[in-house]
Amino acid sequence: MSILVDKSTRLVVQGITGGEGTFHTHQMIDYGTKVIAGVTPGKGGLVYNGSDQYPFKKPVPVFNTVADAVKNEGANTSIIFVPAGFAAEAIMEAAEAGIKLIVAITEGIPARDMVKVYEYLQRTGTRMIGPNCPGIISPGKCKVGIMPGFIHKPGTVGIISRSGTLTYEAVWQVTQLGLGQSTCIGIGGDPIIGTRFIDALKLFKDDDGTEAVIMIGEIGGTAEEEAADYIKKNFKKPVIGFIAGRTAPPGRRMGHAGAIISGGKGTAAEKMVAMKKAGIHVVESPALIGEMVKKVLGKKVSKKSKKLEGKSKK
Amino acid sequence: MKIHEYQGKEILRKYNVPTPLGGVAFSVDEAVKVAQSIGGSSTSLTTGSSTSLTTGSSTSLTTGSSTPFTMWVVKAQIHAGGRGKGGGVKVAKSLDEVRQLASQILGMRLITHQTGPEGKIVKRLLIEQGISIAKELYVGITLDRAKSQNVVMASTEGGVEIEKVAAETPEKILKETVNPSIGFKDFQARKLAFGLGLSGDTLKNAVKFFLALYRAYEESDASLAEINPLVITTDGQVLALDAKMNFDDNALFRHPDILEMRDLDEEEPLEIEASKYNLNYIKLDGNVGCMVNGAGLAMATMDIIKLAGGEPANFLDVGGGANVETVSNGFKIILSDKNVKAVLINIFGGIVRCDRVANGVIEAAKQVNVTLPVVVRLDGTNAKEAREILANSGLNFAVASSFEDAAHKVTQAIKN
Repeated sequence: MSILVDKSTRLVVQGITGGEGTFHTHQMIDYGTKVIAGVTPGKGGLVYNGSDQYPFKKPVPVFNTVADAVKNEGANTSIIFVPAGFAAEAIMEAAEAGIKLIVAITEGIPARDMVKVYEYLQRTGTRMIGPNCPGIISPGKCKVGIMPGFIHKPGTVGIISRSGTLTYEAVWQVTQLGLGQSTCIGIGGDPIIGTRFIDALKLFKDDDGTEAVIMIGEIGGTAEEEAADYIKKNFKKPVIGFIAGRTAPPGRRMGHAGAIISGGKGTAAEKMVAMKKAGIHVVESPALIGEMVKKVLGKKVSKKSKKLEGKSKK
Repeated sequence: MKIHEYQGKEILRKYNVPTPLGGVAFSVDEAVKVAQSIGGSSTSLTTGSSTSLTTGSSTSLTTGSSTPFTMWVVKAQIHAGGRGKGGGVKVAKSLDEVRQLASQILGMRLITHQTGPEGKIVKRLLIEQGISIAKELYVGITLDRAKSQNVVMASTEGGVEIEKVAAETPEKILKETVNPSIGFKDFQARKLAFGLGLSGDTLKNAVKFFLALYRAYEESDASLAEINPLVITTDGQVLALDAKMNFDDNALFRHPDILEMRDLDEEEPLEIEASKYNLNYIKLDGNVGCMVNGAGLAMATMDIIKLAGGEPANFLDVGGGANVETVSNGFKIILSDKNVKAVLINIFGGIVRCDRVANGVIEAAKQVNVTLPVVVRLDGTNAKEAREILANSGLNFAVASSFEDAAHKVTQAIKN
């Protein structure tokens, strides 16, 4: 089992004809995701085959609006590669068109725009993942994002993370130990995001296919503390946690717009304490995430399999 | 992005937020000139030469005392709090004293709890009209991340660190959350003003102040607008005695005027250099340089260096690509830091293949002529081939087999 994306996902790519949009559409189609439409205003009617360098296995019809993609192709999920200055509009357009799940990859959307987007999505009841995130993948079923597909393997570990490459690191550790993932969500590194730890946890709670969850947080904000509180009260499955940034100086933005200790709040130490108190298996070293999962699940797993099992798609 | 107090006040004046009269000075002579221009009669106010005066609207001029005054405040302009305690804010009772204090503060090494022990050299002064204060309050606006909405906070506990108030007496901070679909409303501003115990004209002035401040915050894409202290003068005016404004870096493309306020003297030279290469670099005090793709993994790499007994020298995210150009620029920046004794490269090759990254690293190391020990850890696509390429490169690379191994190898390299 998995959450949010699977074989029933019908994906529209907003910004499909751009460089990023083209490359990642190519990758997603290769992974087996049903990319059924693209949107680039002014290019409606085009049947897009990708670029010479990144040709699509299957052509994708392009529409001027998300509403057209929904009407003609039955899109239910959208991924956004639109530049930062226009991304807020793109998100709202998707929500207005009735898309149920929006995955916003774009980095650098102004907070003032996101405050309005967030409010609008509450009204339309649309779920958003990101922005400034790698996306979401249910291994072997569907990839809506920019993560390398082959490092994943179908399994029973759910992963929620504010980071990109650090998530890949955790995924890879899990895969190399012979375990796999149910769904991995990169929730994004911005101060305003659509799906927080707590929201993803609620979904994993009801997913029979998820036995344990890895939660990778970082400095800034209090989302980890809120999630810890929720876990303590409501979440019975084992949770393995790591917080990046214990060596980060206060008042500095560590790459992600949301990764900043401000007014002495949002430190790694505070978050780790809250998580440990909630019974989360917190690892001090990012190299030990996979091993902790293995220990917690108590599974006998064969040593590193050299075969890259994720490659075999189902 | 951070700006100076005087720049913050220039922005506030544009939105009719009342501030004391004042202007910036880069030299002692300029300081005296500004003091003269703001301290004279009301006619000299309108002909004031400093930019802040001419950009100030008529409201900001009339909120200052219109009668000649004989007290000025000389304020050091650095991007750090605690300037008063550090001796960077002084009151002058004559123009001679303005001259004397300006020459004393300009060029001084100002050390506050936020500057670190090395302090900061004062290169700019704000010369302001002295204000007769009846009450010191607090007002601040920022994003409440838990609610994904802006919040306006006010407190009777002005002039002290608000973090301390929040920790010890949170009930003394009044909060109004702003729903973006309706904005910050008059009734909310009134709730805050009444909550602060204000009445009469002072209350009306405070309401106007809060609304204007919110507009300034919102329209300039600020991430913080903090007025501490917000003062009530003895004649019932409400003024921003201090002004701290930070801006959302993601929105600066909409504000070329604010971007121009960037003061490179306030930034680490290596960070300025790195930003020219579009590298995300933050200098730290340790001796292990690190180069990583992705911000989260970069932070985690710093953490694991510390766990292994080393001290990270920097945060550096070279982005997804990690090609010859970015890696050689990364090397240049890291090696310019003389504290660095060894370098750890940690790249998770997902979509970018590790063998390509390995060739890039080798090429970059040759270009930059790296002589320090370098530990490289590549994992992901084609990691095995990449390790072989590195091992056979003939360069001084230690190839790590895992994340943990990399941290141990690099801290070992420092001890040798």
